[in-house]
Amino acid sequence: MTEQTALLDANTVEDKSDAAVVRDALGVGVAVGLSGFAFGVTSAGSGLTLAQTCALSLLVFTGASQFALVGALAAGGNPLTAAAGAFFLGVRNAFYGLRLSQLLALPRAVRPFAAQWVIDETTAVALAQPTRRAVRLGFTVTGLTLYLLWNLTTLLGALGAEAIGDTEAWGLDAAGPAVFLALLAPMLTNTTERTVAALAVLLGLGLLPVLPAGVPVLAAALAAPLVLWAHGRRADGAARGPENREASSGRENREAASGEERR
Amino acid sequence: MSVWIAIAATAVGCYAVKLAGLLVPADALERPLVRRLAALLPVALLAALTAQQTFAEGQTLVVDARAAGVAAAAVALLLRAPFLLVVAAAVAVTAGVRALGG
Repeated sequence: MTEQTALLDANTVEDKSDAAVVRDALGVGVAVGLSGFAFGVTSAGSGLTLAQTCALSLLVFTGASQFALVGALAAGGNPLTAAAGAFFLGVRNAFYGLRLSQLLALPRAVRPFAAQWVIDETTAVALAQPTRRAVRLGFTVTGLTLYLLWNLTTLLGALGAEAIGDTEAWGLDAAGPAVFLALLAPMLTNTTERTVAALAVLLGLGLLPVLPAGVPVLAAALAAPLVLWAHGRRADGAARGPENREASSGRENREAASGEERR
Repeated sequence: MSVWIAIAATAVGCYAVKLAGLLVPADALERPLVRRLAALLPVALLAALTAQQTFAEGQTLVVDARAAGVAAAAVALLLRAPFLLVVAAAVAVTAGVRALGG
């Protein structure tokens, strides 16, 4: 479906102007870049110094991982456990890179420099472009705008948090979970994803009182392989007894069908 | 010091996976199971993080002003509000509930 739309777009807007690409890229870069304020404030409110907060935005530069790390550190987590949670959230960028490397077709020597900008937003803009020139332009403008603004607003947010003192009185401790929720919401498109999310919430909250800080989040990540495994078993079961099939989305239907073919 | 260790570990790890995506041959990560797991991993982590940062106070679970704020963010998301407005709604409602003594 998405591929068909992309093809259609490629045919109709073959000669998308550079100005149009830059406009798209700036729109995303500015809107998301400004949310560095929320990170700067949250990080400073979690007790990190100005230098530590800015180092995270300069060196890590992938928002969800940054929020996760400062949250875990604020909760008193072991530094490596906290880093592990942030790392697992960053793993999705490898799959963006895979897709982008085909579209951007960068020389190997340039890739280490482009890598830092391989994140949700640059990928979204780049994938939407019709030509290689537009893909490269979209990636570069989004990456540059976002990198500059994200780091600037992180600095301002951290300074602002120090100036206003008690960040909790201002409700700023709710910024972190709201950011996570906003990132999560578009991912919940089918039953599998909702099941994973629900199970992860149960694991994350249920294990919180009994495991050391930071570990429950890692345990909750197991919801992903657990649900995939359960779906695989259910697809096999459906192949044996079609009346037991309880498929609620197209993807699950296809899985059940392929299970039948295997038999 | 331990904070700097966490920052260094996260920075190195996150940069490594970004670069890996650009460098590895395409078919290495193209297996359907790997792709689906990679898509579901952030779902699990983000859901757990949202819940914990809303309801955790140290190692105990509480319902306080943050729950109202995150609920406001959820409503803003259902109304398709832009990202910054979603976060602003959460912050404003949390501050408001606290100001009222909640």
